[in-house]
Amino acid sequence: MNALLIALLALPLLGAAATLAPGLFGADPTARGRRALRFNAVLTGLVLALAVALAAGFDHAHPGRMQGGVDVSWIPALGVRFHLGVDGVSLPLVVLTALLSFLCALYSTKRPPDGEGTPSALSFTGLFLLLEVGMLATFLVLDLLLFFLAFEIVLVPMYFLIARWGSGARTASAFRFILYTLLGSAVMLLGFLLIGLHAGTFDMTELAARHGSGLSHSTQLLAALAIGLGLLVKAPAWPLHSWLPDAHTSAPTVGSVLLAGVLLKMGTYGLVRVLLPIVPDGTATFAPYLGALAAVGIVYGSLACLALARAGRGGDLKRLIAFSSVGHMGFVLLGIASLTPVGLNGALFANIAHGLITGLLFFVVGALKDRYGTADLDTLAGASGAALYGRAPRLGALLAFGAVASLGLPGLAGFWGELLAMFGAFQPGAGLHRPAFLVFMALAGLGTLLTAAYLLVVVRRVCMGDPAQPAAVQVAELRGYEAVSWTPLAVLTVVAGLWPALLLTLSDPVVKQLLAVG
Amino acid sequence: MTTTQLTTTHLMGQAVNLAVPNAGSLIQSVDWVAIAPPLIAAATALLVLLADLLLPPGAKRLLGPLTALGLLGALAALLPLVHGTPRSTFCGAAGCSYVADHFALAFQLLALGGALLAALLSQVTVAEDRLPAGEYWFLLLSSAAGAALLPAARDLATLVVALEVVSLPSFALVALKRDGRGGEAALKFFLSSVTATAVMLLGVSFLYAATGSLQLGAIADGLGQLPGRLKPLAEAGGMLTLVGFAFKVAAVPFHFWVPDTYAGAPLPVAGYLSVVGKASGFAGLALVTSLALRPYGHTWGLLLAVLAAVTMTAGNTAALRQRADSAQGAVRLLAWSSVAQAGYLLVPLAAAGYAGSAHPLGATVAYALIYGLVNLGAFGVAALVARTRPANRLDDYRGLFARDRFAALALAFFLLCLAGLPPGVVGLFGKVVVFQAAVDAGLGWLAVVMAANVVIALYYYLFWTARLFTPGEAAEPARTPGPLTATLGLAAVGAVVLSVAPQLVLQVVSGSLF
Repeated sequence: MNALLIALLALPLLGAAATLAPGLFGADPTARGRRALRFNAVLTGLVLALAVALAAGFDHAHPGRMQGGVDVSWIPALGVRFHLGVDGVSLPLVVLTALLSFLCALYSTKRPPDGEGTPSALSFTGLFLLLEVGMLATFLVLDLLLFFLAFEIVLVPMYFLIARWGSGARTASAFRFILYTLLGSAVMLLGFLLIGLHAGTFDMTELAARHGSGLSHSTQLLAALAIGLGLLVKAPAWPLHSWLPDAHTSAPTVGSVLLAGVLLKMGTYGLVRVLLPIVPDGTATFAPYLGALAAVGIVYGSLACLALARAGRGGDLKRLIAFSSVGHMGFVLLGIASLTPVGLNGALFANIAHGLITGLLFFVVGALKDRYGTADLDTLAGASGAALYGRAPRLGALLAFGAVASLGLPGLAGFWGELLAMFGAFQPGAGLHRPAFLVFMALAGLGTLLTAAYLLVVVRRVCMGDPAQPAAVQVAELRGYEAVSWTPLAVLTVVAGLWPALLLTLSDPVVKQLLAVG
Repeated sequence: MTTTQLTTTHLMGQAVNLAVPNAGSLIQSVDWVAIAPPLIAAATALLVLLADLLLPPGAKRLLGPLTALGLLGALAALLPLVHGTPRSTFCGAAGCSYVADHFALAFQLLALGGALLAALLSQVTVAEDRLPAGEYWFLLLSSAAGAALLPAARDLATLVVALEVVSLPSFALVALKRDGRGGEAALKFFLSSVTATAVMLLGVSFLYAATGSLQLGAIADGLGQLPGRLKPLAEAGGMLTLVGFAFKVAAVPFHFWVPDTYAGAPLPVAGYLSVVGKASGFAGLALVTSLALRPYGHTWGLLLAVLAAVTMTAGNTAALRQRADSAQGAVRLLAWSSVAQAGYLLVPLAAAGYAGSAHPLGATVAYALIYGLVNLGAFGVAALVARTRPANRLDDYRGLFARDRFAALALAFFLLCLAGLPPGVVGLFGKVVVFQAAVDAGLGWLAVVMAANVVIALYYYLFWTARLFTPGEAAEPARTPGPLTATLGLAAVGAVVLSVAPQLVLQVVSGSLF
């Protein structure tokens, strides 16, 4: 197990370093690019295999125990330890990250990220692998300063993915992304240092075991505020979300998939792993505000989507899905804010579900953007609708599948998380103001209705329509490599929807530990 | 002239003090091992000057390697001092004037190592710009010897003399580039620096008048039991001394000379000034505040905290406004960035005032070492680019990755280290220890100001980094001269090794300095 965890991080890191070695991938630029992309797919495939092995070797009888612990001193001067481990909360996220990275890498081998002025595929591979290191490390590390380091590792690769392989106002979007999140994480670091100063350690398991004892109430408040702000920028919570739509609109397909599928989860994971157990008093004080932000985010996200989905608004489909993420992450935040095992389980479930479903949606929308040359909904839909059901039935079906999964149809993954999160808000934790949470729950319920409304509008405008109408572009049907790289997400959406216990049995014991109940 | 007179007076004053018990105590045994690092640098300087007179013109290109060897020897002389109790020498009744403790060793490493990197960089510049070799190497070595002496000095006279030994050769080094800009740059540098020295000497004389000693430790004791009527004098003296050092580290509002001086100087000299020149200022500032003015910790702590906040903000906003197509834009950006970095370096000094102990200074030492390495690396790449594109605009860095892969990757790494973002891990942890010093001392507001500044700074560092990888016009890759490759390689390998094992440099944070 120990070797597995190290290999999970070392493999992509070494791969990223290998892309810097001159001449390793041959001299001819095109062949070099092809080889690099294949190398990327093989390496991320290996990482996925390791992640699956990790899941298989995981002691499912004790998901609450930190497993596969690696704990060696790295920087004694700062008290930073290279401490890794997985439990029932991080394991699904590690597997999700490895899966999405592999699917993205696989997709890129056939559909290399290109466009005008894009750098070589070799650079893409290097950045992609570095990004994977950062994402995996975030979910594996158990030291606050390492967590901060992992948080920062993803910034530079993602910046370059958006700024160099993106489209539209890509440089501005990329800068907005990186400056916004850096501001958040710098403030988060101050919170970590405050905890380290008063608790004398940065070890997350030890701090979590103490449940905030030894930290005064004012310290907890200050630390929770600083850390919370940093994580909420990443999550993103309304009103700190404004970097997200631009970043998604400009990012290339694989960038969007990873941004929505993994990077946003780093924020919510941090809330569960750091904020909740380490500064419980501070979290409890801020929970109602978090709930309020979550509820506003849910309604705001769906209203923004509704506006974008309407005819004549020139709404961008990728932007729409980005705003829908604000709404969906709102459910995750609401579940966390409820401070109940039910709500937290729901939040963690919704986390994974959102990664699967939104990953799929961004893949499909990215493919549409490739085919049409634009993701502008009005251009896509034309007068009567894009009629994907008629012109490219499988592609249309996948989009419709993603949309109904996203709106929370029972039987699919999107349903359980949101239901449990709202259920948690219905009966919030002890000491929380119940009427307020009932209002949040009602707002979230309204949000689900609005979500259904805009997603159905999207399906009607993109999938339905008159196929006999003259089309601007001949839309190609679902290609083989697209089917291969997308179906795992669709299958897992169904599996998680039909068998939620798969994830909930993993997270439930951990959640109870984190909340120090039962 | 006044400078020398004042200094002499004080030295005499001190000698009188020391001679009180018996005249025999003036004959001291000197610990040659302890003073070896600055001594070797100074001896090499004299050797170079002599060799320049005696060697035939054809053999003068050997002076550069000789300088590098001398600095290497001085660095090697640090090794025997690392372990065991700190050695001290030139001791008198009031304490020792030269102490080779960990603080001194760390700053000597920075000064001599920085000078070595600058000397390696200069090998090409001296030959290609036809700078007078003998003078150049002599001045560089003299300045380095002063910079190595300064952190070990424990009395105000030695401190001021050492600081002048650092500064005076630097003026001439800046002026060696014999064009209009070089002269103007040197004059600006000279005038502001001389003003600073004058102000500082006034402060030193006040402190001496109030406490009757020039020894840093004795001043602290004297300040603790000062009669009330002397307090204003001592406070004014401390303040004026600090103002002098603030000039040297280019803290706001004494920073205006920096961009013009750096842009006008030969590039290796600019790099040298930004690292070694600044480091001496910080070493002096740390010594005076933490040792001599310890009883007034809260006063200068607040002063330095405000200075830090203003300096980093001013440096960063000015760097932000640097246009991509202006001439010498790259060096000017590095100049403003060095002003901003000076702001970060001031944070732990301010924290030391609040904490009432010298412990936070370790963060300044660690950060200065990291900054010195990567900043000289960045200047190295700038020198490389300047060979083919003398205008050295930021736009000239477009497509560097396509022209020179190694240089581009190295510069990207250095800039990310300066920004403190992975993969520049060591830069990130350098910032972490500075933040930690501020948070531990209860300077939360300063930490927040610094966090905002780190974000602002990221914009221009990343702007430059991204520029390296954008497609530019194709050009024949020019051959990189050996010494330049060696400098870049040394800096890059150093930064990578420190990124993997930050403990190597961060150990100064947890260890005892004095």
